[in-house]
Amino acid sequence: MIAQNFEYTVATSLGEAVNLLQKHGGRAKILAGGHSLIPMMKLRLAAPETLIDIGRIPELSYVRRDGEAIHIGALATHHVIETSDVVSRHCLALADAAGLIGDIQVRNKGTIGGSIAHADPAADYPASILAFDATIVTLGPKGERLIPASKFFVDMLTTALEPNEIVREIQIPLRSGKIGSAYLKMAQKASGFAICGAAAVVELNESGALSNVAIGITGVGNHAFRATETEKALKGQKPARDILKTACEKAPAGVVALEDIHASADYRLDLTRIFARRAVEAAIERAG
Amino acid sequence: MPKRYVGQAMKRKEDPRLVSGTSTYVDDVVLPGMLHMAVARSIHGHARIKGIDTSRAQRLPGVVAVVTGEEVAAHCGPLPCAASIPNMKNAQRQLLAVGKVRFVGEPVAAVVATDKYIARDAADLIEIDYEPLPAVVNPEKAMEPNSPRLYDEFSDNIAFNFGFESGNTEEAFKKADVIVKERFVNQRLAPLSMEPRGVVATYQMPDNELVVWASTQVPHLLRTQLAVMLNVPENRTRVIAPEVGGGFGAKIDVYAEDGLVGYLAKKTGRPVKWIENRRENIAATIHGRDQIDDVELALKKDGTILGMRVKAIADLGAFYSLFTPMIPTLTGLLAPGCYKVPALKFDLVGVLTNKMATDAYRGAGRPEATYMIERIMDVAARKLEMDPAEIRRKNFPQPDEFPFQTSGGVVYDSANYEAALDRALQLADYKALRRKQAELRSQGKYMGIGLSSYVEICAMGPSAAMPGGGWETGSVRIERTGKVTILTGASPHGQGQETTFAQIAADEFGLEPDDVVTIHGDTARIPSGIGTFGSRATAVGGTAMYFAVQDLKEKMKKIAAHLLETTPDKIEFGVGKLVVKGDSGRFMSFTDVVDVAYNAVKLPPGVEPGLDATRFFEPSNFTFPFGTHVCVVEIDEETGEPKITKYVAVDDCGNVINPLLVEGQVHGGLVQGIGQALHEEVVYDENGQLLTGTLMDYAVPRAHDFPEFELDRTITPSPVNPLGVKGVGEAGTIGSTPAVVNAVVDALSPFGITHIDMPLRSEKIWKILKGRKAS
Repeated sequence: MIAQNFEYTVATSLGEAVNLLQKHGGRAKILAGGHSLIPMMKLRLAAPETLIDIGRIPELSYVRRDGEAIHIGALATHHVIETSDVVSRHCLALADAAGLIGDIQVRNKGTIGGSIAHADPAADYPASILAFDATIVTLGPKGERLIPASKFFVDMLTTALEPNEIVREIQIPLRSGKIGSAYLKMAQKASGFAICGAAAVVELNESGALSNVAIGITGVGNHAFRATETEKALKGQKPARDILKTACEKAPAGVVALEDIHASADYRLDLTRIFARRAVEAAIERAG
Repeated sequence: MPKRYVGQAMKRKEDPRLVSGTSTYVDDVVLPGMLHMAVARSIHGHARIKGIDTSRAQRLPGVVAVVTGEEVAAHCGPLPCAASIPNMKNAQRQLLAVGKVRFVGEPVAAVVATDKYIARDAADLIEIDYEPLPAVVNPEKAMEPNSPRLYDEFSDNIAFNFGFESGNTEEAFKKADVIVKERFVNQRLAPLSMEPRGVVATYQMPDNELVVWASTQVPHLLRTQLAVMLNVPENRTRVIAPEVGGGFGAKIDVYAEDGLVGYLAKKTGRPVKWIENRRENIAATIHGRDQIDDVELALKKDGTILGMRVKAIADLGAFYSLFTPMIPTLTGLLAPGCYKVPALKFDLVGVLTNKMATDAYRGAGRPEATYMIERIMDVAARKLEMDPAEIRRKNFPQPDEFPFQTSGGVVYDSANYEAALDRALQLADYKALRRKQAELRSQGKYMGIGLSSYVEICAMGPSAAMPGGGWETGSVRIERTGKVTILTGASPHGQGQETTFAQIAADEFGLEPDDVVTIHGDTARIPSGIGTFGSRATAVGGTAMYFAVQDLKEKMKKIAAHLLETTPDKIEFGVGKLVVKGDSGRFMSFTDVVDVAYNAVKLPPGVEPGLDATRFFEPSNFTFPFGTHVCVVEIDEETGEPKITKYVAVDDCGNVINPLLVEGQVHGGLVQGIGQALHEEVVYDENGQLLTGTLMDYAVPRAHDFPEFELDRTITPSPVNPLGVKGVGEAGTIGSTPAVVNAVVDALSPFGITHIDMPLRSEKIWKILKGRKAS
């Protein structure tokens, strides 16, 4: 498993990386942790002429909080996110997802920016990114751009990133009130990727009813999506098991499920219902 | 002298070099001027080769040579197959495809270049013009008369028919109160050693000696085969197996790349290296299993077995590797399992399909047998409303019936099956498990308990049953300083014989294990040998070594007796010394006796100098380890996912040299057997495309898939060898697979389920849960 020949350059800043991307005109790829790109290159499914390594830009692996949001630098590794106090306190589902990615070696090298830019339909993060209504901050030739998560994941391995744009940061809005979140998945036994992964973010009001529910699903369709029908059905409801169950029947509404040797479309659709409910239940448990 | 080391859980002598990363694997071998080989492989399951254009590859700077099928076939023999079945078709393969390709991954052309990157790029530049042909991947379809044929020269794809009957099955089935039947499929598996295959070869002046470093289980066998294949005198051929990172049977075979590397080293006069990558490993290293067994069992209503009929179809893949045709015949030998089956009819058809060849993979033909008998026993128990433990108990031969002649045609050496079953049930608290199961079922939860009582064939084996011989060699040399060097023809690659042989020799000589070094895996250092497979290294190789030790002990006793003025029969070994029996004040130190042997001045008349002995051990029979496993699963009633919550394994491998190593072997074996039950499967589509070509799609079991294994042993020594050992390398794999499937089927029995095919993916169980209501 040897990649084709390529040039390797190190960018010392994101701005420089954008310039290099422009210079190479589509024949270059950004390298961060390398855990999506390098395997594809070794299988010769990807053959960029040049790799622009942004992995050495020091100020991009932060996780911090200001008054309104959690800010996660594109180079934050899965391990950093899994073990971050800030993430665990405010967006635990994202820490759940990070902790379920690959193995410890992968989590020590792989980055959140690289993962979401790659947009594998079975990646773990997108479910949580969607459920938290995150914003993706990008840098391109025209400067910075804010892309809402709902617009970011466009198709299989395709995002709203422009050709010369790079993910700079993920912002997750802070919420007040009784908030809980969780991410659960059924892993494909070989790859560990999600056959179905569900992230739920719930907010309970004082009477214990669900004032807000957001559910992101990954692994099922061409790209991660929100279970909007279920969210609507649950809003304002007291979270009794039969109500959750009925509402989650609609979790896969509108999605065309993937089918491969690991799972049929029907199975993925049913797992969507099951994991949506389990994620909501786990999130409620944590909110309580 | 009491045993001080045999039976002790000693840490392995091998481990420090392994855990510190200081050992040498094939890929660590770097020679001056070494070239690197890459292989262009078939992308089709079945196609005619219309032309190969190597010109672009030849022109790439750094490329030294590009070779294709005709050239190599003119200079090298085909891939060897040591097994033979009467009237079998000769499905031999050339090192590089000539005329046709018959499976995805088949080598078509090879290139050597100055570095591995250039070699890989050059392989991509070789243009192969294919005319795709219809592929056959389903063995039953491949048997149909109008099926596309793999070999134009053969009338059909049926490689051979094999069968036997012992007892009168027709009568047995006529007399039966109950007949149960089921189809059991053993899916195709990839052996997946951690270290893939690899070869380095040099063939240089002044002696034109072919030296080959290979990740192999059988260096001597590989040496003979390469000498023949490459037309190099065998006494100018040397094979070195350095550290070998696992084999599981797949490194017994002689592969095209072994020959190609040797040929290219001869052709270029430079050392050549090839290291297999994981995709090649899954596509072009032998696969295991792939057998369909239609099984019928005839019983009396009290559960007594009267007879068994098996119709087996073995999917051999596209050609014969070293033992390919022989492996499924082993299923017939072991078909009765650990039960009295008075009448057995076994019919096997071997079929050629457009897939990689199958061959020995941990268990090799015996897991298929154990799976079918252990599954059909459960089917019968359910039909007769008997407890699965009781139907097994009812049919065991009793300890005093051994040696026990089976209807499979072998003689089981020794056993106490009931003791192992009872211990396993006790350890698992079987009755409490059944109570818990009933309680959970009333709550709509599905827990299952699976048993597997297995026996298997080890210590391979008598030469009459083994193509190429079943003996093994052991040479023991006591050095002038009193240190002991063992040379073994067995070629351990993870089994730990450097440790266990030292334990045995240390006890025999009254020395410490640190005084003993075991050398293996180099045909220039080890005079001859066969290798490590079929759980044979200790039982056969250890016994050869043990006899050589006895020869030296006898010689040392003669020397000591001469100097202590007594007779050899009065001398015994103590710790560090040879003592006159009953007179502990009269002794010579071990090293003093060694000095006399080498200084050769005070030797008794007729005794030659030196302390060096070699023995060949030819076993009189196989050995037959056995045991009972108990698996408990819980099924996620929504997703169908099975989770193993308890696993008990009681194994009997005869005498135990080192319990730590036995447990390690059992753990590894369980993981591979359970991996087959739950996850693993090599999948080809209808065109012969390999859909599980990487570890992103081929599911290897991982530590978190398992609970803590609860292990115990019973000990029934084997009478076949003086060590009383049976072998344990494959037992875990053979015993575990049916235990898991029996547990899952047991969990789902309220749905009327009697069988589910492996691997037991969650989705299969989900479908059952969705489709039916529990009765």
